[in-house]
Amino acid sequence: MLFLLAAGFSLIFGLMRIANLTHGALYMLGAYIGVSILKTVPNLWVAAILSGLVVAVFGGLLEKLILRRLGGNVLGQVLVTLGIAFILADFCLVVWGGDPIPVPTPAFLQRPVRIAGLAFPAYRLAVVIIAIAVGIGLFLFVEKTRLGAMIRAGVDDRDMARAVGIPVSRLFTTVFCLGAALAGAGGVIGGPIMSAYPGLDADMLPLALIVVILGGVGSLVGAFVGSFITGFVYTFGVALLPDLAYVILFLPMILVIAFRPRGLFGKFAA
Amino acid sequence: MAALHIQSLKKAFGGLPAINDVSLKVEEGERRLIIGPNGAGKTTLFNLVTGDLNSDSGRIFLFDTEITRRATHRRVHLGLARTYQIITLFSKDTLEHNIALSLLGLSKERWNTFGRNHSPEDAKAVLAMVGLEHLGQRPVSEVAYGEKRRLEIAMALAQKPRVLLLDEPLAGLSREERGAVKQLISKIPRETTVVMIEHDMDTALDMAETITVLHYGRVIVEGTRQQVVADPKTREVYLGH
Amino acid sequence: MVGGEYYVNLGSQIFIFAVFAASINLLLGYGGLPTLGHAAYLGVAAYLAALCALKLGWGHLAAAPAALVGTTLMAAAFGLIALRATGLGFLMLTLALSQVLWGTALRWVAMTDGDNGLRGLTRPFGMDDAKSFYYFTLAVTVFSLWMMARFVTSSFGAALAGTRDQARRMSALGHNVWMVRWITFIYAGFWGGVSGLLFVYYHKYIHPVSLSLANSAEGLLAVIAGGSGTLAGPLVGAAIVMLLKNYVSAYVERWNMLLGFVFVVIVVFMPDGVVPGVKRLWRRYISRA
Repeated sequence: MLFLLAAGFSLIFGLMRIANLTHGALYMLGAYIGVSILKTVPNLWVAAILSGLVVAVFGGLLEKLILRRLGGNVLGQVLVTLGIAFILADFCLVVWGGDPIPVPTPAFLQRPVRIAGLAFPAYRLAVVIIAIAVGIGLFLFVEKTRLGAMIRAGVDDRDMARAVGIPVSRLFTTVFCLGAALAGAGGVIGGPIMSAYPGLDADMLPLALIVVILGGVGSLVGAFVGSFITGFVYTFGVALLPDLAYVILFLPMILVIAFRPRGLFGKFAA
Repeated sequence: MAALHIQSLKKAFGGLPAINDVSLKVEEGERRLIIGPNGAGKTTLFNLVTGDLNSDSGRIFLFDTEITRRATHRRVHLGLARTYQIITLFSKDTLEHNIALSLLGLSKERWNTFGRNHSPEDAKAVLAMVGLEHLGQRPVSEVAYGEKRRLEIAMALAQKPRVLLLDEPLAGLSREERGAVKQLISKIPRETTVVMIEHDMDTALDMAETITVLHYGRVIVEGTRQQVVADPKTREVYLGH
Repeated sequence: MVGGEYYVNLGSQIFIFAVFAASINLLLGYGGLPTLGHAAYLGVAAYLAALCALKLGWGHLAAAPAALVGTTLMAAAFGLIALRATGLGFLMLTLALSQVLWGTALRWVAMTDGDNGLRGLTRPFGMDDAKSFYYFTLAVTVFSLWMMARFVTSSFGAALAGTRDQARRMSALGHNVWMVRWITFIYAGFWGGVSGLLFVYYHKYIHPVSLSLANSAEGLLAVIAGGSGTLAGPLVGAAIVMLLKNYVSAYVERWNMLLGFVFVVIVVFMPDGVVPGVKRLWRRYISRA
């Protein structure tokens, strides 16, 4: 689940050099939209896909209407995404209120699954499987398709890509949509575990940041490994020392920055 | 003792050797010219000497001190100064301020967080050395290209370096400007060892007594002006280019 | 006089925020280092002072220096991490570091009482009326801004601005760029801590929201709105943000949404801030007269 979040963030940051601080807010928006869709269509997967689409459209508009104008003004872009994040967070508060809204777990995934004598909650297992599937899908997309090749070219050298005739700006919008969609769908899929509540955005953003810093910017493999490390550390941290889970989270980050400032799999310094 | 001693230096970018086993010995007070076509690795060599880049292998000595792994600013404090091929000045600031930053670089005053105790006279004196004293209060962005080049050199000279690296100081200059800069370089005192890069062979030959020809990251020819000009390999490098 | 007290308190808030914004300006405006985690220093100083008073029973004369020393040490440690990068990387690292602190303050209920915040704090020297606290804040603010002004106009400040404009060239001139940035980072952390002390004295209460991204962002907005890299910028920006916050929040509840809009508008339409903008107009006016 964390991977869905971080992969989108990493893609956007890697390709566009935009630290998209709306990412946490898009995740939360996705979760809330998912909640609303679930009221009419009681199917989590449909809700996830629809919500992802809505958030993708929103992301695309944001990129086309505002970020595009600030091309080259890196700090400006960051601040605008931050401003949008505040607006979104407040918007969610207005529309869905201040109380946490639980997202029901699909019925057939409610029972624990026994593997080798250990009980796993079925839903969490399903999330892991989805994350792996999406990860493989993204990997194939980026590595094997023409569009993916163009994205990689854009990540490696934006000017060169433009020079050889790749429509970089359309590509940017696409990637931004894709990243936003991953965040939105992630919000719904994570719903049964995290539920939807105000402040979800601020909880998720540092996780995404840490995953990307750990895994390296613009690297899918890095985002994958980073999310697993972060997920494990966080889960164990919460179990062992609930008060200090955040501090524990921070340790792998320090280690990585101290020894590999580019992240475990990154091509650029973060 | 050599002022600058380079021993089998190597640097590759993504498997492509940019500097391939270069050894070089520049004596104290010498004027050395390094020439070679574009892409020969001249600026890379400078970047390795100054510490802007780290070498893959090999050693670099400044007088009796090994500087191979030292940070750039530490090398400067040992008496190394350079100019840049692409002008990197503080363009919004005045010429005097540019010189002041250069003077600050070697002075304890740079750690003074509470006041400003350097006199503008020092900066003016340096500008006078290169004939720019009348422009001291102008921002860099408003002066001519040739004047910027002279300011580059003045900033390096302000530090009274023991070894001065000049990266294509004549590039892009008009004939008159070139004369002015050449004269400026010829007036540098002999306590300063000068190493100069130039890619155009004819413009700079008369400025040095020893010349090194670099090609594809290797030293092809080295010797006096006559020796280098006479060597068939020099002509091959330049005609083949 | 009730109305008078309202304005006196508003003045105190503006001054406190101006110190905070000015400390951000050291990094952003003069060092070219965009920080999105400066609330960390405000919040940590405030929490440390509060904890020293509440858990250890220390008096103000012991708690305040302890809080500042603690905050400065933390800035030194965070600087080691954040300055591994510049630009966007630096921004993300400062953000991540401060978010971790925020999360900790929220979750570590035993220590910080989480979302309830810490109450029952007092002001030093028994300055419980608005006016005497206002003068105290004014004095501290003037001193802080003066110290920071000395800092950026000093020789060191000249070197700092040099590392912002041409970092590579600065090291080729013998300046230790990393050290210059680190010292600035610590210095900015210290003054952030000073603003945190004033903050906690003013409110007599501290909540994790002081450590939040929104707080860092408000400070950053003040700097940019006022004009980054100018001496008067943070003061003007702090006044703008605080006036907006106080007046608007009296009418509508949606301060965060407004903050977001102001952000977008300022960045898109007034990228170099109010003070340089006014200066430009003033110069045009002078040249015409």
